[in-house]
Amino acid sequence: MQLNREALTRAYRQMKLIREFEERLHEEIQTGEIAGFTHLYCGQEAVAVGVCEHLTDRDKIVSTHRGHGHCLAKGCDVEGMMKEIWGSQEGLCNGKGGSMHIADIDKGMLGANGIVGAGAPIAVGAALSNKIDGPDAEGKLAVAIAFSGDGACNQGTTFEAMNLAVVTKAPAIFVFENNHYSEHTGVDYAVGTTRDIASRAEAFGMKVWRADGTDFFAVYDTFRDVLEYVRTPGNGPAAVEFDTERFFGHFEGDPQRYRGEGELDRLRAERDCIKIFRAKVSGAALLDEADLDSLDADALSAIENAVTASRAAARPQPENVLDNVYISY
Amino acid sequence: MAKMMYRDAIRNTIFQEMQRDERVVVLGEDVVGGNGTAGGPEAIGGIWSTSVGLYDAFGPDRVIDTPISESAIMGAAGGLALAGKRPVAEIMFADFIGVCMDQLWNQIAKFRYMFGGKSICPAVIRMPCGAGYNAAAQHSQMISQFVTNMPGIKVLMPATPADACGLLRQAIRDDDPVVFLEHKFLYAMSGEVPDDPDFVIPFGHARLARAGQDATIVASGMMVSYAETAADDLAQDGIGCDVIDLRTTSPIDEEAILDSVEVTGRMVVVDEAPPRCSLATDISALVAQKAFASLKAPIEMVTPPHTPVPFARELESAYLPSPAKIAAAVRKSLEYR
Ligand SMILES: Cc1ncc(C[n+]2csc(CCOP(=O)(O)OP(=O)(O)O)c2C)c(N)n1
Ligand SMILES: [Mg+2]
Repeated sequence: MQLNREALTRAYRQMKLIREFEERLHEEIQTGEIAGFTHLYCGQEAVAVGVCEHLTDRDKIVSTHRGHGHCLAKGCDVEGMMKEIWGSQEGLCNGKGGSMHIADIDKGMLGANGIVGAGAPIAVGAALSNKIDGPDAEGKLAVAIAFSGDGACNQGTTFEAMNLAVVTKAPAIFVFENNHYSEHTGVDYAVGTTRDIASRAEAFGMKVWRADGTDFFAVYDTFRDVLEYVRTPGNGPAAVEFDTERFFGHFEGDPQRYRGEGELDRLRAERDCIKIFRAKVSGAALLDEADLDSLDADALSAIENAVTASRAAARPQPENVLDNVYISY
Repeated sequence: MAKMMYRDAIRNTIFQEMQRDERVVVLGEDVVGGNGTAGGPEAIGGIWSTSVGLYDAFGPDRVIDTPISESAIMGAAGGLALAGKRPVAEIMFADFIGVCMDQLWNQIAKFRYMFGGKSICPAVIRMPCGAGYNAAAQHSQMISQFVTNMPGIKVLMPATPADACGLLRQAIRDDDPVVFLEHKFLYAMSGEVPDDPDFVIPFGHARLARAGQDATIVASGMMVSYAETAADDLAQDGIGCDVIDLRTTSPIDEEAILDSVEVTGRMVVVDEAPPRCSLATDISALVAQKAFASLKAPIEMVTPPHTPVPFARELESAYLPSPAKIAAAVRKSLEYR
């Protein structure tokens, strides 16, 4: 735990912002005001934040259908995101994409993605671009990260992307968030490796890491090493598997009949990355309860403001359907 | 006759065909659900509830939950079929055809032709399709234009529970590969379905959903119910329309379209896919070519614009055809002198 007070504060604020964003959406979706499919990231916050806290805008990420956490952690505007999910013209994507397609290219956020497994090849392309651009003044490469679930690791696209990254020595990082489920199916059924997902990446010729995704510090420290390796020209890609948990259904409305008795209560009690973070920092007297509580309040009010703004935000007009299919035509 | 929902007509037909013919197998993502979880298998029975109870009845060899691997699902359906089985594969959203196009287009569609007629590939690929759920650009598309364009594939677009049953049963019994485009928005539609366990609807026979002398509306899938609503509205003003439900787009019932246009002289074609190189343009070309002399007005096409499917509610409604847009197109055609 080498983080200073400021860095710890930032990390906690980010995790909490994601948590409140998702918890609030979970409530708002019940009212029917929000349209479409929404996949909540609640429970996995330590992964997005532990990874993205190391990144700059030059580093790129490609996300998944469960993308809100990655977006927020990479610096997407909370209000712009909320407005997007509300389908507003003022949303980050003018209401064209919604929850599954939030992007902010300037922030290095190359899009959430509705197609499982689509992200990894795109990340390799971005990584190859970074390789062409070459190292910065300190001799370090910008990287590109593909976030994938345990389900996405079964797509051919993911396999092809891993091999392409290895043979081209692309500064790409494959982050596998193993939350044990792909929709309603368990990882033990769907991922037929004798070991874990990381061992697949290893078989492609990559250096791999593994860590507990519910412990921010494990994620953060592990990812520092991953980055150190991949930023060094000539090394090529790496992969890391984080063991994590999803607290809500696959999508909002999922009856979750695949869960065991008391499973969700146990996960919330024992595997909550926010509780674990709080216990660690207050135990080590790095941040006290009062500091953390005031950060909680900040997060809540940021979300409250974003929701209020989204309700009042301009709606798209029918003619906006035609915008942005092409640049010129 | 029994009243049931479109989704249950699909599920029941698969169930009955699996009972009747041991070679029928089902595969797809979460068609069982709960495998490898505490909840155990059969946690879901397909995210559209179109395979509920199949696993319990027929077991894991014949009801196969797959990892998220559309290329492997599509290709395995092809292989199962070449090897003598009758697979019914589900691609959870038709949009994911993008992931597995090769196995459908270059493999399944072409085996028989390339092999000089020496093979049969009786694979049924079910593809839940279409918009209406604000599911945005990658979960809402109509893909009839791609698959109708593929020589070697038969394409079905049931618009009612009865048609879902009769067309699916014919598809499973048919020796050619079939793409079954079931519309997500129709799943909860209720209707009478014949009890006869051998009830089939032959391919290439359109259904006359409404009859009238003034204009012909050609539609398929979810667009049929929109066209019916439009026709009913127009009827209040004394305007009579034939509504032709294509049922199958490959083969297509040319005669039904041409016969109707020869009487009405006016055609409105409704299509949920974008307007370029689509069913709408295909049918327009057919009529321009073979019923030119009968036409009293330019053909009208009611389609989405040449854009991806947008997310926001207002935008998706602006994108999609609607009964009002169809009725307006009919009136425009009638006003033409
Ligand atoms: C190509 C494709 N196939 C299937 C789906 C449907 N789908 C959406 S998310 C999902 C499960 C993904 O599981 P995982 O990669 O573990 O991510 P998680 O949902 O756990 O975050 C599935 C099957 C899809 N969106 N795209
Ligand atoms: Mg998962």
